[in-house]
Amino acid sequence: MEIALEGAPRSLRLKLSDTLYRRRALLVLLLLVPPMLWVGAVYIGSLLALLANSVFRLDHFTGQVVREVGFSNFVALLEGANLDVVLRTVTMALLVTAACIALALPIAWYMARYASGTKKAALYLAVMLPLWSSYLVRLYAWKLLLAKEGAISWVLAELHLAWVLEGLLAMPMIGGHSLSFSPLGTFIVFVYLWLPFMILPIQAALERVPRSLVEASGDLGAPPATTFWRVVFPLAVPGIAAGSIFTFSLTLGDYIVPGVIGDSSMFIGQVVSLQQGTAGNVPLAAALSLVPIAVIALFLWGAKRLGAFDAL
Amino acid sequence: MRSSGGGAAAPLWLRGMVWTVVGFLHVPLAMIVLYAFSAEDQSFVFPPPELTMRWFAVAWNDRPDVWRAIRLSLEVATCSTAIAIVLGTLAAGALARTRFFGREAISLLLILPIALPGIVTGIALRSAYSTLEIPFSFWTIVLGHATFCVVVVYNNAVARLRRTSPSLIEASMDLGADGFQTLRHVILPQLGSALLAGGLLAFALSFDEVIVTTFTAGQQTTLPVWMLAELVRPRQRPVTNVVAVVMIALTFVPILLAYYLTRADEPGAR
Repeated sequence: MEIALEGAPRSLRLKLSDTLYRRRALLVLLLLVPPMLWVGAVYIGSLLALLANSVFRLDHFTGQVVREVGFSNFVALLEGANLDVVLRTVTMALLVTAACIALALPIAWYMARYASGTKKAALYLAVMLPLWSSYLVRLYAWKLLLAKEGAISWVLAELHLAWVLEGLLAMPMIGGHSLSFSPLGTFIVFVYLWLPFMILPIQAALERVPRSLVEASGDLGAPPATTFWRVVFPLAVPGIAAGSIFTFSLTLGDYIVPGVIGDSSMFIGQVVSLQQGTAGNVPLAAALSLVPIAVIALFLWGAKRLGAFDAL
Repeated sequence: MRSSGGGAAAPLWLRGMVWTVVGFLHVPLAMIVLYAFSAEDQSFVFPPPELTMRWFAVAWNDRPDVWRAIRLSLEVATCSTAIAIVLGTLAAGALARTRFFGREAISLLLILPIALPGIVTGIALRSAYSTLEIPFSFWTIVLGHATFCVVVVYNNAVARLRRTSPSLIEASMDLGADGFQTLRHVILPQLGSALLAGGLLAFALSFDEVIVTTFTAGQQTTLPVWMLAELVRPRQRPVTNVVAVVMIALTFVPILLAYYLTRADEPGAR
Protein backbone atom coordinates (compact mmCIF):
# COMPACT_ATOMS: atom_id res chain seq x y z
CA MET A 1 0.00 0.00 0.00
CA GLU A 2 2.65 2.44 1.09
CA ILE A 3 4.99 1.64 -1.80
CA ALA A 4 2.31 2.20 -4.43
CA LEU A 5 1.42 5.49 -2.79
CA GLU A 6 5.00 6.68 -2.78
CA GLY A 7 4.56 7.57 -6.46
CA ALA A 8 1.14 9.16 -6.04
CA PRO A 9 0.81 12.92 -5.92
CA ARG A 10 1.63 14.24 -2.48
CA SER A 11 -1.65 16.04 -2.02
CA LEU A 12 -3.67 12.86 -2.48
CA ARG A 13 -1.39 10.98 -0.13
CA LEU A 14 -1.71 13.65 2.50
CA LYS A 15 -5.44 13.68 2.22
CA LEU A 16 -5.61 9.92 2.68
CA SER A 17 -3.14 10.04 5.53
CA ASP A 18 -5.10 12.77 7.28
CA THR A 19 -8.37 10.94 6.85
CA LEU A 20 -6.92 7.77 8.31
CA TYR A 21 -5.28 9.59 11.19
CA ARG A 22 -8.41 11.49 12.16
CA ARG A 23 -10.79 8.60 11.71
CA ARG A 24 -9.17 5.86 13.74
CA ALA A 25 -12.20 3.62 13.41
CA LEU A 26 -11.84 3.59 9.64
CA LEU A 27 -8.14 2.74 9.92
CA VAL A 28 -8.81 -0.08 12.36
CA LEU A 29 -11.56 -1.42 10.13
CA LEU A 30 -9.32 -1.34 7.05
CA LEU A 31 -6.54 -3.11 8.93
CA LEU A 32 -8.90 -5.78 10.20
CA VAL A 33 -10.57 -6.68 6.92
CA PRO A 34 -7.87 -8.96 5.45
CA PRO A 35 -7.10 -11.01 8.60
CA MET A 36 -10.80 -11.32 9.45
CA LEU A 37 -11.63 -12.38 5.91
CA TRP A 38 -8.95 -15.05 6.12
CA VAL A 39 -9.52 -16.41 9.59
CA GLY A 40 -13.25 -15.71 9.58
CA ALA A 41 -14.15 -17.01 6.16
CA VAL A 42 -11.66 -19.85 5.81
CA TYR A 43 -11.41 -21.09 9.34
CA ILE A 44 -14.71 -20.29 11.04
CA GLY A 45 -16.55 -21.13 7.83
CA SER A 46 -15.12 -24.64 7.63
CA LEU A 47 -15.48 -25.13 11.37
CA LEU A 48 -19.18 -24.25 11.31
CA ALA A 49 -19.73 -26.40 8.23
CA LEU A 50 -18.16 -29.32 10.07
CA LEU A 51 -20.21 -28.78 13.19
CA ALA A 52 -23.39 -28.48 11.15
CA ASN A 53 -22.61 -32.00 9.98
CA SER A 54 -22.92 -33.28 13.54
CA VAL A 55 -26.74 -33.06 13.41
CA PHE A 56 -26.92 -34.95 10.10
CA ARG A 57 -26.58 -38.68 9.85
CA LEU A 58 -24.93 -41.23 7.63
CA ASP A 59 -27.10 -43.61 5.66
CA HIS A 60 -25.22 -46.85 6.20
CA PHE A 61 -26.64 -48.50 3.07
CA THR A 62 -25.82 -45.80 0.57
CA GLY A 63 -22.82 -44.34 2.43
CA GLN A 64 -24.27 -40.87 1.81
CA VAL A 65 -24.78 -38.14 4.39
CA VAL A 66 -28.49 -37.54 4.94
CA ARG A 67 -29.16 -33.85 5.58
CA GLU A 68 -31.91 -34.17 8.14
CA VAL A 69 -31.56 -32.59 11.53
CA GLY A 70 -31.41 -35.17 14.30
CA PHE A 71 -29.44 -36.05 17.37
CA SER A 72 -28.57 -39.67 16.66
CA ASN A 73 -24.83 -38.91 16.68
CA PHE A 74 -24.97 -37.44 20.15
CA VAL A 75 -26.90 -40.45 21.36
CA ALA A 76 -24.20 -42.63 19.80
CA LEU A 77 -21.58 -40.71 21.78
CA LEU A 78 -23.06 -42.02 25.01
CA GLU A 79 -23.03 -45.65 23.87
CA GLY A 80 -20.57 -48.11 25.42
CA ALA A 81 -17.54 -47.99 23.11
CA ASN A 82 -17.70 -44.27 22.36
CA LEU A 83 -18.30 -43.33 25.96
CA ASP A 84 -15.28 -45.43 26.96
CA VAL A 85 -13.15 -43.53 24.46
CA VAL A 86 -14.35 -40.16 25.74
CA LEU A 87 -13.78 -41.10 29.38
CA ARG A 88 -10.35 -42.63 28.65
CA THR A 89 -9.22 -39.48 26.81
CA VAL A 90 -10.52 -37.05 29.43
CA THR A 91 -8.94 -39.12 32.25
CA MET A 92 -5.61 -39.15 30.43
CA ALA A 93 -5.83 -35.40 29.83
CA LEU A 94 -6.53 -34.77 33.53
CA LEU A 95 -3.68 -37.02 34.71
CA VAL A 96 -1.23 -35.50 32.23
CA THR A 97 -2.23 -32.00 33.35
CA ALA A 98 -1.77 -32.92 37.03
CA ALA A 99 1.66 -34.45 36.37
CA CYS A 100 2.74 -31.41 34.34
CA ILE A 101 1.71 -29.08 37.18
CA ALA A 102 3.69 -31.13 39.70
CA LEU A 103 6.82 -31.12 37.54
CA ALA A 104 6.50 -27.52 36.37
CA LEU A 105 5.98 -25.79 39.74
CA PRO A 106 9.47 -26.36 41.20
CA ILE A 107 11.38 -25.38 38.07
CA ALA A 108 9.14 -22.35 37.44
CA TRP A 109 9.62 -21.26 41.05
CA TYR A 110 13.38 -21.68 40.75
CA MET A 111 13.47 -19.70 37.49
CA ALA A 112 11.40 -16.87 38.94
CA ARG A 113 12.90 -16.70 42.42
CA TYR A 114 16.51 -17.89 42.37
CA ALA A 115 17.94 -17.82 38.85
CA SER A 116 19.16 -14.58 37.34
CA GLY A 117 21.26 -13.33 34.47
CA THR A 118 22.87 -15.98 32.30
CA LYS A 119 21.49 -18.83 34.36
CA LYS A 120 17.95 -17.61 33.89
CA ALA A 121 18.41 -17.15 30.16
CA ALA A 122 19.92 -20.64 29.89
CA LEU A 123 17.04 -22.22 31.80
CA TYR A 124 14.52 -20.31 29.72
CA LEU A 125 16.12 -21.62 26.54
CA ALA A 126 16.35 -25.12 28.01
CA VAL A 127 12.56 -25.06 28.41
CA MET A 128 11.78 -23.28 25.17
CA LEU A 129 13.89 -25.35 22.78
CA PRO A 130 12.02 -28.61 23.39
CA LEU A 131 8.73 -26.71 23.18
CA TRP A 132 9.44 -25.56 19.66
CA SER A 133 11.47 -28.48 18.35
CA SER A 134 9.81 -31.11 16.25
CA TYR A 135 6.89 -32.88 17.88
CA LEU A 136 7.42 -36.02 15.81
CA VAL A 137 11.13 -36.18 16.52
CA ARG A 138 10.46 -35.92 20.26
CA LEU A 139 7.87 -38.66 19.97
CA TYR A 140 10.37 -40.75 18.03
CA ALA A 141 12.96 -40.20 20.76
CA TRP A 142 10.62 -41.88 23.21
CA LYS A 143 10.18 -44.81 20.89
CA LEU A 144 13.93 -45.26 21.19
CA LEU A 145 13.92 -44.79 24.97
CA LEU A 146 10.91 -46.94 25.79
CA ALA A 147 11.65 -49.87 23.48
CA LYS A 148 12.13 -53.25 25.17
CA GLU A 149 15.83 -53.22 24.22
CA GLY A 150 16.07 -49.44 24.71
CA ALA A 151 17.85 -47.15 27.15
CA ILE A 152 15.37 -47.17 30.04
CA SER A 153 15.31 -50.98 30.29
CA TRP A 154 19.09 -51.02 30.02
CA VAL A 155 19.63 -48.46 32.77
CA LEU A 156 17.18 -50.22 35.09
CA ALA A 157 18.86 -53.57 34.39
CA GLU A 158 22.30 -52.10 35.15
CA LEU A 159 20.94 -50.76 38.45
CA HIS A 160 19.39 -54.19 39.20
CA LEU A 161 15.96 -52.55 39.22
CA ALA A 162 14.45 -54.42 36.27
CA TRP A 163 11.90 -55.90 38.67
CA VAL A 164 10.40 -52.44 39.23
CA LEU A 165 9.67 -52.10 35.54
CA GLU A 166 8.29 -55.63 35.34
CA GLY A 167 6.06 -54.94 38.32
CA LEU A 168 4.73 -51.74 36.72
CA LEU A 169 4.08 -53.42 33.40
CA ALA A 170 2.27 -56.30 35.11
CA MET A 171 -0.22 -53.90 36.67
CA PRO A 172 -3.67 -53.80 35.10
CA MET A 173 -4.82 -50.49 33.53
CA ILE A 174 -1.36 -48.99 33.14
CA GLY A 175 0.81 -51.98 32.14
CA GLY A 176 1.35 -53.79 28.89
CA HIS A 177 3.73 -55.84 26.80
CA SER A 178 6.55 -53.29 27.14
CA LEU A 179 6.76 -49.60 28.03
CA SER A 180 6.23 -48.54 24.43
CA PHE A 181 3.04 -50.62 24.26
CA SER A 182 1.48 -49.54 27.57
CA PRO A 183 -0.81 -46.72 28.72
CA LEU A 184 2.01 -45.81 31.14
CA GLY A 185 4.21 -45.13 28.11
CA THR A 186 1.51 -42.98 26.48
CA PHE A 187 1.22 -41.00 29.72
CA ILE A 188 4.99 -40.41 30.00
CA VAL A 189 5.20 -39.21 26.40
CA PHE A 190 2.26 -36.82 26.78
CA VAL A 191 3.79 -35.34 29.95
CA TYR A 192 7.12 -34.94 28.17
CA LEU A 193 5.61 -33.30 25.09
CA TRP A 194 3.46 -30.75 26.88
CA LEU A 195 5.56 -29.97 29.99
CA PRO A 196 7.16 -26.79 28.57
CA PHE A 197 3.67 -25.41 27.86
CA MET A 198 3.05 -25.60 31.61
CA ILE A 199 6.42 -24.30 32.83
CA LEU A 200 6.43 -21.04 30.86
CA PRO A 201 3.07 -19.57 31.97
CA ILE A 202 3.67 -20.57 35.60
CA GLN A 203 7.06 -18.92 35.46
CA ALA A 204 5.51 -15.78 33.97
CA ALA A 205 2.93 -15.70 36.79
CA LEU A 206 5.52 -16.27 39.54
CA GLU A 207 7.80 -13.67 38.03
CA ARG A 208 5.28 -11.06 39.20
CA VAL A 209 5.32 -12.21 42.82
CA PRO A 210 7.29 -9.56 44.70
CA ARG A 211 10.22 -10.95 46.65
CA SER A 212 9.15 -8.90 49.66
CA LEU A 213 5.89 -10.84 49.84
CA VAL A 214 7.76 -14.10 50.34
CA GLU A 215 10.13 -12.47 52.81
CA ALA A 216 7.24 -10.98 54.76
CA SER A 217 5.66 -14.40 55.07
CA GLY A 218 8.94 -15.77 56.41
CA ASP A 219 9.38 -12.83 58.81
CA LEU A 220 5.92 -13.45 60.19
CA GLY A 221 7.05 -16.94 61.11
CA ALA A 222 5.75 -19.14 58.31
CA PRO A 223 7.97 -22.12 57.49
CA PRO A 224 8.92 -22.41 53.78
CA ALA A 225 6.25 -25.03 53.10
CA THR A 226 3.51 -22.79 54.53
CA THR A 227 4.81 -19.82 52.55
CA PHE A 228 4.70 -21.91 49.42
CA TRP A 229 1.16 -23.20 49.86
CA ARG A 230 -0.40 -20.07 51.35
CA VAL A 231 1.43 -17.32 49.43
CA VAL A 232 3.19 -18.57 46.31
CA PHE A 233 0.79 -21.24 45.10
CA PRO A 234 -2.34 -19.02 45.04
CA LEU A 235 -0.41 -16.46 43.00
CA ALA A 236 0.68 -19.21 40.58
CA VAL A 237 -2.92 -20.28 39.91
CA PRO A 238 -3.46 -18.05 36.84
CA GLY A 239 -0.28 -19.50 35.32
CA ILE A 240 -1.35 -23.04 36.18
CA ALA A 241 -4.73 -22.43 34.56
CA ALA A 242 -3.10 -21.02 31.43
CA GLY A 243 -0.72 -23.99 31.18
CA SER A 244 -3.56 -26.42 31.78
CA ILE A 245 -5.42 -25.06 28.76
CA PHE A 246 -2.51 -26.20 26.63
CA THR A 247 -1.81 -29.57 28.26
CA PHE A 248 -5.52 -30.39 28.37
CA SER A 249 -6.40 -29.29 24.86
CA LEU A 250 -3.33 -30.86 23.30
CA THR A 251 -3.92 -34.22 24.99
CA LEU A 252 -7.62 -34.24 24.11
CA GLY A 253 -7.00 -33.68 20.44
CA ASP A 254 -3.88 -35.73 19.86
CA TYR A 255 -4.29 -38.77 17.67
CA ILE A 256 -0.67 -39.58 16.84
CA VAL A 257 0.90 -40.29 20.24
CA PRO A 258 -1.51 -43.08 21.32
CA GLY A 259 -1.10 -44.69 17.92
CA VAL A 260 2.70 -44.80 18.12
CA ILE A 261 3.20 -45.40 21.86
CA GLY A 262 0.53 -47.31 23.72
CA ASP A 263 -1.70 -50.38 23.69
CA SER A 264 -4.42 -50.58 21.08
CA SER A 265 -7.11 -48.75 23.07
CA MET A 266 -8.44 -45.69 21.23
CA PHE A 267 -8.47 -42.00 22.07
CA ILE A 268 -10.94 -39.37 20.79
CA GLY A 269 -8.59 -38.08 18.11
CA GLN A 270 -8.01 -41.55 16.68
CA VAL A 271 -11.74 -42.33 16.53
CA VAL A 272 -12.46 -38.97 14.88
CA SER A 273 -9.77 -39.61 12.33
CA LEU A 274 -11.03 -43.16 11.69
CA GLN A 275 -14.68 -42.15 11.37
CA GLN A 276 -13.77 -39.34 9.04
CA GLY A 277 -11.32 -41.32 6.95
CA THR A 278 -11.88 -45.05 6.58
CA ALA A 279 -15.48 -45.19 7.80
CA GLY A 280 -16.49 -42.02 5.94
CA ASN A 281 -18.92 -41.14 8.73
CA VAL A 282 -18.34 -37.38 8.82
CA PRO A 283 -21.45 -36.67 10.96
CA LEU A 284 -20.24 -38.93 13.78
CA ALA A 285 -16.70 -37.54 13.46
CA ALA A 286 -18.14 -34.02 13.74
CA ALA A 287 -20.16 -34.93 16.82
CA LEU A 288 -17.07 -36.49 18.39
CA SER A 289 -14.92 -33.45 17.71
CA LEU A 290 -17.52 -31.38 19.53
CA VAL A 291 -16.44 -33.17 22.72
CA PRO A 292 -12.96 -31.60 22.91
CA ILE A 293 -14.37 -28.26 21.74
CA ALA A 294 -17.00 -28.31 24.48
CA VAL A 295 -14.55 -29.43 27.18
CA ILE A 296 -12.05 -26.76 26.14
CA ALA A 297 -14.73 -24.06 26.01
CA LEU A 298 -15.70 -25.00 29.56
CA PHE A 299 -12.05 -24.94 30.55
CA LEU A 300 -11.42 -21.55 28.92
CA TRP A 301 -14.42 -20.11 30.69
CA GLY A 302 -13.15 -21.39 34.03
CA ALA A 303 -9.62 -20.24 33.26
CA LYS A 304 -10.82 -16.76 32.40
CA ARG A 305 -12.43 -16.54 35.81
CA LEU A 306 -9.10 -17.50 37.38
CA GLY A 307 -7.34 -14.79 35.40
CA ALA A 308 -5.37 -17.15 33.17
CA PHE A 309 -5.30 -14.84 30.20
CA ASP A 310 -3.23 -12.26 32.03
CA ALA A 311 -0.53 -14.90 32.45
CA LEU A 312 -0.35 -15.93 28.80
CA MET B 1 26.88 -17.03 46.66
CA ARG B 2 23.87 -14.80 46.76
CA SER B 3 21.71 -13.97 43.78
CA SER B 4 21.72 -10.37 42.64
CA GLY B 5 18.35 -9.49 44.18
CA GLY B 6 19.35 -10.75 47.63
CA GLY B 7 17.86 -13.74 49.43
CA ALA B 8 19.21 -17.18 50.13
CA ALA B 9 20.44 -19.79 47.66
CA ALA B 10 17.95 -22.39 46.49
CA PRO B 11 17.59 -25.43 48.74
CA LEU B 12 19.31 -28.57 47.53
CA TRP B 13 16.11 -30.50 46.82
CA LEU B 14 14.83 -27.69 44.61
CA ARG B 15 18.04 -27.62 42.58
CA GLY B 16 17.81 -31.40 42.32
CA MET B 17 14.27 -31.17 40.94
CA VAL B 18 15.28 -28.48 38.48
CA TRP B 19 18.11 -30.57 37.10
CA THR B 20 15.86 -33.63 36.93
CA VAL B 21 13.27 -31.75 34.88
CA VAL B 22 15.93 -30.24 32.60
CA GLY B 23 17.35 -33.73 32.13
CA PHE B 24 13.89 -35.13 31.41
CA LEU B 25 13.44 -32.48 28.72
CA HIS B 26 16.82 -32.97 27.07
CA VAL B 27 17.94 -36.59 27.43
CA PRO B 28 15.48 -37.73 24.73
CA LEU B 29 16.90 -35.17 22.30
CA ALA B 30 20.42 -36.36 23.10
CA MET B 31 19.25 -39.93 22.40
CA ILE B 32 18.18 -38.92 18.90
CA VAL B 33 21.66 -37.57 18.22
CA LEU B 34 23.31 -40.69 19.64
CA TYR B 35 21.17 -43.10 17.61
CA ALA B 36 21.93 -41.27 14.36
CA PHE B 37 25.47 -42.60 14.72
CA SER B 38 24.47 -46.11 15.77
CA ALA B 39 25.79 -48.94 13.58
CA GLU B 40 22.86 -51.18 14.55
CA ASP B 41 20.19 -51.07 11.84
CA GLN B 42 17.54 -53.55 12.97
CA SER B 43 16.53 -52.60 16.50
CA PHE B 44 16.72 -49.75 19.03
CA VAL B 45 19.29 -51.61 21.15
CA PHE B 46 20.99 -49.52 23.85
CA PRO B 47 23.87 -48.85 24.14
CA PRO B 48 24.60 -48.82 20.38
CA PRO B 49 27.18 -51.55 19.65
CA GLU B 50 29.29 -49.31 17.41
CA LEU B 51 29.24 -45.74 16.11
CA THR B 52 29.37 -44.84 12.43
CA MET B 53 28.85 -41.88 10.09
CA ARG B 54 27.63 -44.21 7.36
CA TRP B 55 23.92 -43.42 7.58
CA PHE B 56 24.44 -39.72 6.98
CA ALA B 57 25.98 -40.63 3.63
CA VAL B 58 23.14 -43.03 2.82
CA ALA B 59 20.49 -40.42 3.66
CA TRP B 60 22.34 -37.76 1.67
CA ASN B 61 22.99 -39.82 -1.47
CA ASP B 62 20.41 -42.55 -1.82
CA ARG B 63 17.13 -41.12 -0.59
CA PRO B 64 15.56 -38.66 -3.04
CA ASP B 65 12.25 -39.05 -1.17
CA VAL B 66 13.76 -37.32 1.88
CA TRP B 67 15.00 -34.45 -0.26
CA ARG B 68 11.62 -34.03 -1.95
CA ALA B 69 9.91 -33.94 1.44
CA ILE B 70 12.34 -31.36 2.84
CA ARG B 71 11.87 -29.22 -0.24
CA LEU B 72 8.08 -29.29 -0.06
CA SER B 73 8.18 -28.46 3.66
CA LEU B 74 10.47 -25.49 3.07
CA GLU B 75 8.22 -24.17 0.30
CA VAL B 76 5.05 -24.56 2.36
CA ALA B 77 6.65 -22.93 5.41
CA THR B 78 7.91 -19.99 3.32
CA CYS B 79 4.53 -19.26 1.76
CA SER B 80 2.58 -19.71 5.01
CA THR B 81 5.01 -17.48 6.87
CA ALA B 82 4.72 -14.74 4.26
CA ILE B 83 0.92 -14.78 4.48
CA ALA B 84 1.02 -14.94 8.28
CA ILE B 85 3.37 -11.95 8.51
CA VAL B 86 1.04 -9.77 6.42
CA LEU B 87 -2.17 -10.80 8.19
CA GLY B 88 -0.64 -10.92 11.68
CA THR B 89 0.87 -7.45 11.35
CA LEU B 90 -2.40 -5.96 10.12
CA ALA B 91 -4.32 -7.52 13.00
CA ALA B 92 -1.71 -6.35 15.52
CA GLY B 93 -1.81 -2.82 14.11
CA ALA B 94 -5.58 -2.76 14.53
CA LEU B 95 -5.74 -4.26 18.02
CA ALA B 96 -2.58 -3.13 19.84
CA ARG B 97 -3.78 0.21 21.18
CA THR B 98 -7.50 0.24 20.61
CA ARG B 99 -10.49 -0.59 22.74
CA PHE B 100 -13.79 -1.31 21.06
CA PHE B 101 -16.74 -3.62 21.33
CA GLY B 102 -15.87 -7.02 19.89
CA ARG B 103 -12.12 -6.59 20.29
CA GLU B 104 -11.88 -9.54 22.69
CA ALA B 105 -13.89 -11.68 20.29
CA ILE B 106 -11.51 -10.86 17.45
CA SER B 107 -8.41 -11.74 19.44
CA LEU B 108 -10.09 -14.97 20.54
CA LEU B 109 -10.82 -15.70 16.89
CA LEU B 110 -7.14 -15.31 16.05
CA ILE B 111 -6.09 -17.68 18.87
CA LEU B 112 -8.75 -20.28 18.07
CA PRO B 113 -6.89 -22.09 15.25
CA ILE B 114 -4.05 -22.87 17.66
CA ALA B 115 -6.20 -23.37 20.78
CA LEU B 116 -8.49 -25.99 19.25
CA PRO B 117 -7.02 -29.44 18.71
CA GLY B 118 -5.26 -29.77 15.36
CA ILE B 119 -7.50 -32.63 14.38
CA VAL B 120 -10.59 -30.40 14.53
CA THR B 121 -8.93 -27.81 12.28
CA GLY B 122 -7.72 -30.54 9.94
CA ILE B 123 -11.06 -32.24 9.55
CA ALA B 124 -12.93 -28.94 9.22
CA LEU B 125 -10.66 -27.85 6.37
CA ARG B 126 -10.78 -31.25 4.71
CA SER B 127 -14.54 -31.40 4.67
CA ALA B 128 -14.69 -27.80 3.44
CA TYR B 129 -12.38 -28.74 0.55
CA SER B 130 -14.46 -31.75 -0.34
CA THR B 131 -17.73 -29.80 -0.15
CA LEU B 132 -16.35 -27.07 -2.40
CA GLU B 133 -14.67 -29.72 -4.60
CA ILE B 134 -11.24 -28.17 -4.24
CA PRO B 135 -8.59 -30.77 -5.20
CA PHE B 136 -5.61 -31.21 -2.85
CA SER B 137 -2.63 -29.13 -3.87
CA PHE B 138 0.31 -27.18 -2.52
CA TRP B 139 -2.10 -24.35 -1.69
CA THR B 140 -4.49 -26.47 0.34
CA ILE B 141 -1.59 -27.17 2.72
CA VAL B 142 -0.54 -23.51 2.81
CA LEU B 143 -4.11 -22.41 3.55
CA GLY B 144 -4.22 -24.53 6.70
CA HIS B 145 -0.72 -23.61 7.88
CA ALA B 146 -1.13 -19.87 7.37
CA THR B 147 -4.31 -19.92 9.45
CA PHE B 148 -2.57 -21.09 12.61
CA CYS B 149 0.67 -19.17 11.92
CA VAL B 150 -1.10 -15.78 12.00
CA VAL B 151 -1.42 -15.85 15.78
CA VAL B 152 2.33 -16.31 16.31
CA VAL B 153 3.22 -13.22 14.27
CA TYR B 154 0.33 -11.34 15.85
CA ASN B 155 1.55 -12.08 19.39
CA ASN B 156 5.07 -10.85 18.67
CA ALA B 157 3.91 -7.74 16.83
CA VAL B 158 1.36 -6.81 19.49
CA ALA B 159 3.95 -7.17 22.28
CA ARG B 160 6.33 -4.85 20.44
CA LEU B 161 3.68 -2.28 19.50
CA ARG B 162 2.55 -2.04 23.13
CA ARG B 163 6.13 -1.50 24.22
CA THR B 164 6.73 1.23 21.63
CA SER B 165 5.79 4.65 22.92
CA PRO B 166 2.95 6.34 21.00
CA SER B 167 4.74 9.66 21.49
CA LEU B 168 7.21 8.52 18.80
CA ILE B 169 4.40 8.54 16.28
CA GLU B 170 3.14 11.90 17.48
CA ALA B 171 6.65 13.35 17.30
CA SER B 172 7.01 12.13 13.74
CA MET B 173 3.72 13.74 12.78
CA ASP B 174 4.60 16.96 14.60
CA LEU B 175 7.80 17.14 12.59
CA GLY B 176 5.75 17.12 9.41
CA ALA B 177 5.69 13.50 8.30
CA ASP B 178 2.45 12.15 6.96
CA GLY B 179 0.95 8.84 8.08
CA PHE B 180 2.67 6.78 5.40
CA GLN B 181 6.08 8.29 6.07
CA THR B 182 5.60 7.62 9.76
CA LEU B 183 4.66 4.03 8.98
CA ARG B 184 7.72 3.54 6.85
CA HIS B 185 10.36 5.43 8.81
CA VAL B 186 9.14 5.09 12.40
CA ILE B 187 6.71 2.23 12.94
CA LEU B 188 8.13 -0.45 10.66
CA PRO B 189 11.75 -0.06 11.84
CA GLN B 190 10.48 -0.40 15.43
CA LEU B 191 8.52 -3.47 14.46
CA GLY B 192 11.19 -5.09 12.26
CA SER B 193 12.89 -7.49 14.64
CA ALA B 194 9.59 -8.52 16.24
CA LEU B 195 8.20 -9.39 12.82
CA LEU B 196 11.36 -11.29 11.96
CA ALA B 197 11.09 -13.25 15.21
CA GLY B 198 7.39 -13.92 14.70
CA GLY B 199 8.13 -15.00 11.15
CA LEU B 200 10.85 -17.39 12.31
CA LEU B 201 8.55 -18.97 14.87
CA ALA B 202 5.75 -19.25 12.31
CA PHE B 203 8.23 -20.88 9.96
CA ALA B 204 9.28 -23.39 12.61
CA LEU B 205 5.64 -24.09 13.45
CA SER B 206 4.69 -24.70 9.84
CA PHE B 207 7.84 -26.70 9.08
CA ASP B 208 6.98 -29.06 11.93
CA GLU B 209 3.19 -29.30 11.58
CA VAL B 210 1.82 -32.77 10.96
CA ILE B 211 -1.75 -33.12 12.26
CA VAL B 212 -3.47 -30.53 10.08
CA THR B 213 -1.18 -31.44 7.19
CA THR B 214 -2.25 -35.08 7.07
CA PHE B 215 -5.80 -33.89 6.36
CA THR B 216 -4.97 -31.20 3.82
CA ALA B 217 -2.07 -32.71 1.88
CA GLY B 218 -3.70 -35.52 -0.09
CA GLN B 219 -0.85 -37.61 -1.54
CA GLN B 220 1.85 -34.98 -1.01
CA THR B 221 4.58 -35.67 1.54
CA THR B 222 5.99 -32.92 3.71
CA LEU B 223 8.91 -33.81 5.98
CA PRO B 224 6.70 -34.37 9.08
CA VAL B 225 4.30 -36.52 7.02
CA TRP B 226 7.30 -38.54 5.83
CA MET B 227 8.47 -38.90 9.42
CA LEU B 228 5.02 -40.03 10.58
CA ALA B 229 4.93 -42.70 7.87
CA GLU B 230 8.34 -43.94 9.08
CA LEU B 231 7.12 -43.99 12.68
CA VAL B 232 4.10 -46.09 11.81
CA ARG B 233 5.77 -48.31 9.21
CA PRO B 234 9.58 -48.13 9.51
CA ARG B 235 11.40 -48.62 6.22
CA GLN B 236 15.06 -47.93 6.95
CA ARG B 237 15.45 -47.03 10.63
CA PRO B 238 18.97 -45.55 10.49
CA VAL B 239 17.86 -43.07 7.81
CA THR B 240 14.93 -42.05 10.02
CA ASN B 241 17.41 -41.43 12.86
CA VAL B 242 19.53 -39.21 10.63
CA VAL B 243 16.51 -37.25 9.37
CA ALA B 244 15.39 -36.76 12.98
CA VAL B 245 18.71 -35.08 13.81
CA VAL B 246 18.40 -32.87 10.74
CA MET B 247 14.88 -31.86 11.82
CA ILE B 248 16.11 -30.90 15.29
CA ALA B 249 18.91 -28.83 13.80
CA LEU B 250 16.60 -27.14 11.28
CA THR B 251 14.12 -26.03 13.94
CA PHE B 252 16.69 -25.02 16.57
CA VAL B 253 18.22 -22.31 14.39
CA PRO B 254 15.08 -20.19 13.82
CA ILE B 255 14.02 -20.60 17.45
CA LEU B 256 17.35 -19.43 18.86
CA LEU B 257 17.37 -16.49 16.45
CA ALA B 258 13.82 -15.54 17.39
CA TYR B 259 14.73 -15.68 21.06
CA TYR B 260 17.63 -13.28 20.68
CA LEU B 261 15.52 -10.89 18.60
CA THR B 262 12.70 -10.56 21.14
CA ARG B 263 14.42 -11.04 24.50
CA ALA B 264 13.36 -7.60 25.69
CA ASP B 265 9.68 -8.24 24.87
CA GLU B 266 9.46 -11.27 27.17
CA PRO B 267 7.62 -10.43 30.37
CA GLY B 268 9.98 -12.48 32.54
CA ALA B 269 13.30 -11.87 30.79
CA ARG B 270 15.81 -9.33 31.99
